[in-house]
Amino acid sequence: MNIYRAGWLAKLLALVTMGFLMLPLIAVIPVSFTGKRYLSMPEGDWSLRHYATLLSSPEWLGSLLHSSVVAVCAALLATLLATAFVIAIWYRSSAWTRWLIGLCMLPLIVPPVVSAMVLYFMTTRISRIAPGLGYDSLPGVILAHTLLIVPFGVINMLVAISRIDRRIELASRNLGASMWQTTWMVILPNLRLAMVTTFLLCFVLSWEEIAVTLFITSWEVVTLPRQIWGGLRDNVDPVVAAISTLLIGIVLLLLLTRMAVNSWRDARRPG
Amino acid sequence: MTRMSERWQHRLLLWPLPAVLLLCYVLPFAGIAVWSVTLPEPGMANYARLATDGAIHAVLWRTLYLCATVGVLALLLAFLMAYCWLYSSPGWQRWVELCVFLPFWISVLVRTFGWLIALRSNGLVNGWLEALGVIDSPLALTRNSLGVVIAMVHFMVPFAFFPLVSSMRQIDDRVLLAARGLGASRLRVFVSIFLPQTLPGLLGAFIMVFVFCLGFFVIPAILGGGQTVMAAEYVFLQMFQTYNWGIGAAICMLMLVLVSGLVWILLRFSRVERLVG
Repeated sequence: MNIYRAGWLAKLLALVTMGFLMLPLIAVIPVSFTGKRYLSMPEGDWSLRHYATLLSSPEWLGSLLHSSVVAVCAALLATLLATAFVIAIWYRSSAWTRWLIGLCMLPLIVPPVVSAMVLYFMTTRISRIAPGLGYDSLPGVILAHTLLIVPFGVINMLVAISRIDRRIELASRNLGASMWQTTWMVILPNLRLAMVTTFLLCFVLSWEEIAVTLFITSWEVVTLPRQIWGGLRDNVDPVVAAISTLLIGIVLLLLLTRMAVNSWRDARRPG
Repeated sequence: MTRMSERWQHRLLLWPLPAVLLLCYVLPFAGIAVWSVTLPEPGMANYARLATDGAIHAVLWRTLYLCATVGVLALLLAFLMAYCWLYSSPGWQRWVELCVFLPFWISVLVRTFGWLIALRSNGLVNGWLEALGVIDSPLALTRNSLGVVIAMVHFMVPFAFFPLVSSMRQIDDRVLLAARGLGASRLRVFVSIFLPQTLPGLLGAFIMVFVFCLGFFVIPAILGGGQTVMAAEYVFLQMFQTYNWGIGAAICMLMLVLVSGLVWILLRFSRVERLVG
């Protein structure tokens, strides 16, 4: 806890910045309640028609379904791959380890558009052998998303596993457990929470992914961001405002809940 | 029953992820490299065009210029937020956190859409400016690089905020208090004591933001309205509108070289573990 305090000028400028950060989110909300068919401020005629469209249109509902399936599968795969990898390098590191971690960070460092081109190449190649698994297919998108989000999973799991006391592994091994048993019965139970947070992080990243998805899908697989993109490119569809407002509402609710839980915990902590 | 040897158990844990990455990411990458020298016909024609074509140069310079501008502005705002977060009461901290985290978790598309609404000629910002009497006719804030810069800065502030906070945390605030006690003004403390200590963090955050911006696609495509084409959108157009995959691949290779150089500087001069920790 710091005792030094920022001056009024810094605080005033920070307030302006906070306004700037919130501005686009606030701008979206009233537009979503407009009664008109085009993008406009409500000006008196408030209506829920765009929310109704959202919940009844097969395109929007289908995109929600696609996004959910892709995000759940990709996050699950990324979490499992990252966890196994991190446990393995925690057990035993060698001269290779640094390079392997670097390899896992590649999709994070490489600009998204380069990743997009690489994954376009990859999915179209798979399509030549198995059309149902490559370009513009659910498995193809899931694989591409998994590769993109896995670096975040690895970082998250690395941070978590570095907090585990090495002696529990030694104790388990000394008591005769194999590496397999140690992993299942000792290490994984200690990583349970980290795996959940990794999954959630990966889920959100896949749920929002747009740049690569644009390259590797055409019309079979339309994720929610891709659907929004379509609504933004041509005549801007006010349904985009409705879905945006819903997404902002969900994130705000989650953040406020977390803040409330944190302050409740702080208040309970003695001292 | 044969038990798998320890060595194999370890390999089975270690290799799935690197294997998938090698097979589905590194190998196709080689394919892109091959595209850049074989499409439309074998040879270095794409790279020759990259070196001479004025239109491509304009796109690349615009990309670098916009990324640098965005980097500086985002750093400035994030610095301010990080400073105020670190040196304020818990109540203030909560508000700062909310304003940084809320945009951070919201999809780039939603935020770009928000800016599209806010910056339109009959949008919020123009409306306020007119009501305040600052302007008579609406300013053109979208379909040009100004709108793109505004939205990209907004996107990048949280990304610069986290590394700056973790580098500022290393600073002992008793030194700042001591300087105040010895009669230095707040500004003097800030300029002579605080700022120099954050320089490595600033450099690291700048490179991070710059690298992230280079591959930006969504914001320029929507807010630039075809007027502010940046490298990533240019690649997209080359691939899916003019079907000129070779030149797209060559630009990708160039971007990769640039990013590798910057990451090398980052690893060399700035402590990465401090930035992520």
